[in-house]
Amino acid sequence: MTDAISTGAFVRRAFSEPLPPPPSERGALGWVRANLFGGPLSAALTILSVALLVWMTPGLVRWLLIDAVWSAPDGDACRQAGTGACWAYVRAKLLFFTYGSYPRDMLWRVDLTLLIGAALAVWLLWPDAKRKGLGLVLFLVVYPYVGVMLLHGMGDVTRGLLASVARLTGSQSLADMAANALPVVGTHLWGGIFVSLLVATVGIVVSLPLGVALALGRQSKAPVVRFFCIVLIEVVRGVPLITVLFMANTMLPLFVPANWTPDRLLRPLIGVALFASVYMAEVVRGGLAAVPRGQYEGAMALGLSHWRMMRLIVLPQALTVVIPGIVNSFIALFKDTTLVAIVGIFDFLRAVDTQRLDPTWTGPTISTTGYVFAAAFYFVFCFGMSRYSLMMERRLSYGRKH
Amino acid sequence: MSEPSAPQTASPQTPAAAIEMQDVHKWFGRFHVLRGVDLTVQRGERIVICGPSGSGKSTLIRCINRLETHQRGRIVVDGVELTDDTRRIDEIRRDVGMVFQHFNLFPHLTVLENCTLSPIWSLGKSQKEAEETAMHYLARVRIPEQARKYPLQLSGGQQQRVAIARALCMSPKIMLFDEPTSALDPEMVKEVLDTMVSLAKDGMTMLCVTHEMGFAREVADRVAFIDQGEFVEINTPEPFFTNPQHDRTKLFLSQILR
Repeated sequence: MTDAISTGAFVRRAFSEPLPPPPSERGALGWVRANLFGGPLSAALTILSVALLVWMTPGLVRWLLIDAVWSAPDGDACRQAGTGACWAYVRAKLLFFTYGSYPRDMLWRVDLTLLIGAALAVWLLWPDAKRKGLGLVLFLVVYPYVGVMLLHGMGDVTRGLLASVARLTGSQSLADMAANALPVVGTHLWGGIFVSLLVATVGIVVSLPLGVALALGRQSKAPVVRFFCIVLIEVVRGVPLITVLFMANTMLPLFVPANWTPDRLLRPLIGVALFASVYMAEVVRGGLAAVPRGQYEGAMALGLSHWRMMRLIVLPQALTVVIPGIVNSFIALFKDTTLVAIVGIFDFLRAVDTQRLDPTWTGPTISTTGYVFAAAFYFVFCFGMSRYSLMMERRLSYGRKH
Repeated sequence: MSEPSAPQTASPQTPAAAIEMQDVHKWFGRFHVLRGVDLTVQRGERIVICGPSGSGKSTLIRCINRLETHQRGRIVVDGVELTDDTRRIDEIRRDVGMVFQHFNLFPHLTVLENCTLSPIWSLGKSQKEAEETAMHYLARVRIPEQARKYPLQLSGGQQQRVAIARALCMSPKIMLFDEPTSALDPEMVKEVLDTMVSLAKDGMTMLCVTHEMGFAREVADRVAFIDQGEFVEINTPEPFFTNPQHDRTKLFLSQILR
């Protein structure tokens, strides 16, 4: 069709139909060509990776599955030469790994707390769930109260309240409940996975709003607010988490009256939450910087008040932009919870670490098995968070082209 | 930031002028952008402001809804003087619609949500009422079928028409246009200008910064030429275009009218 163009004036009479792309661009072969053998370097890396997989996989599968000891009364079977992972040990210690030394007859209290938390989390994280406002109130206001009551025990105030209701109604069962239900379980008995989840959840739930508040405070027009936020962010961020934990552990009690001394678990919780918040503040600040000036102007020109503009226009966009950074912080925080062991909290990793020395079980594969189990646990959670964030990023792209 | 000025002129009866600017000065750092601008816009008047880049024309209309603060002089919008009182500024902004060069639509909200956001949150309308108003104005700018889409799924011309509808949903008394067609692909300029013409024909008070001289001829009551922060020439369109008086106006017109 090009013959007419070269000789001057040209008017098209018919338009071409689209043709399918050449075979090299299509189908499995096209994909392999494009992704695995795009060039010499790509081809070399592909071959190297495949070789590595072929070399490693059989050994791993044998150790993890085929040669593994799945059930045994004690460590004898695992001590035999040539055995793989000692899953029997994990099974035997699973209760301890999950609950620490929490009284065995009251584990339902932990289970119920985790169950309610999981249900609320699904409600809030499910993209199409309805009435998230109610869910948020339940999660942030009601759940902490219920959770503390279930895990730690009924407080004196609630007990007194229940007792007065019992007196008013003359109900004997209520009076019994006021006296005996949910006895206190000291935090020195808490441990294992549920403590790790607790520390991580508190850190995540506190750090997002507090981080947003600090980020906004950092660009506040009020010098006192701005100064306070900058100092807090820079000081806490400039110090290792372990230092923050030690400070929280030893210095918090110095600042408050003796009988107000925070619980030994509460102290690292505050430290972790604070530490996560200042990191979050910097992530959010990046997001705020990414919102174009025009968005502020568009909102202002419509007469939206400052706080409505921030809440309805600026923050939704700023937070969407930094979802990868936020989730990155969450993942880092989730793994950093293992550091609370330093101040004597019996988190999951510490639980695994102590049990490998149990004389009934100790043997050559016990430590590795325990650590592989711990690694798998952390990986499942972190990978889950990562996939969830990718899904949300896609959903929140609002017609932007990728 | 504005100096203490004469007592507020918010009179109970309807004031005569929509906008009054008296000796308005504005500096960006040491740069004197506006050098004593005087302008009175009557109700229902359509004024087109043109001028070379950097002349202060955008700054001028951005001062009217206080996206920029002036540092000297008085600006009275709909009988209310602009001061640092933020609540008063928010009230004025609700009465003054603005359309930007780059649309400034909210990309995380649908077209409909863009239009209902401020009526719901600032005017306290019910969602139903706000959506009815929004659909009315989206029909008016001829894109009701796009209401459920997100702004970035629309063409530039469509986005700018949404921006106009969004401003109209606040039932503004005055509309400001800051180079509304400058960022558009050429084939989309007309659909936006048509919308603006129809708005002008309905008697909306309009202040437009634009270089669309065809639009100026068709709808403007007065055309103002601004250069180096001062009005150089203001006149009705016919003499302005056919018989400009000042040399700088002549030069500018010769450059943009090809």
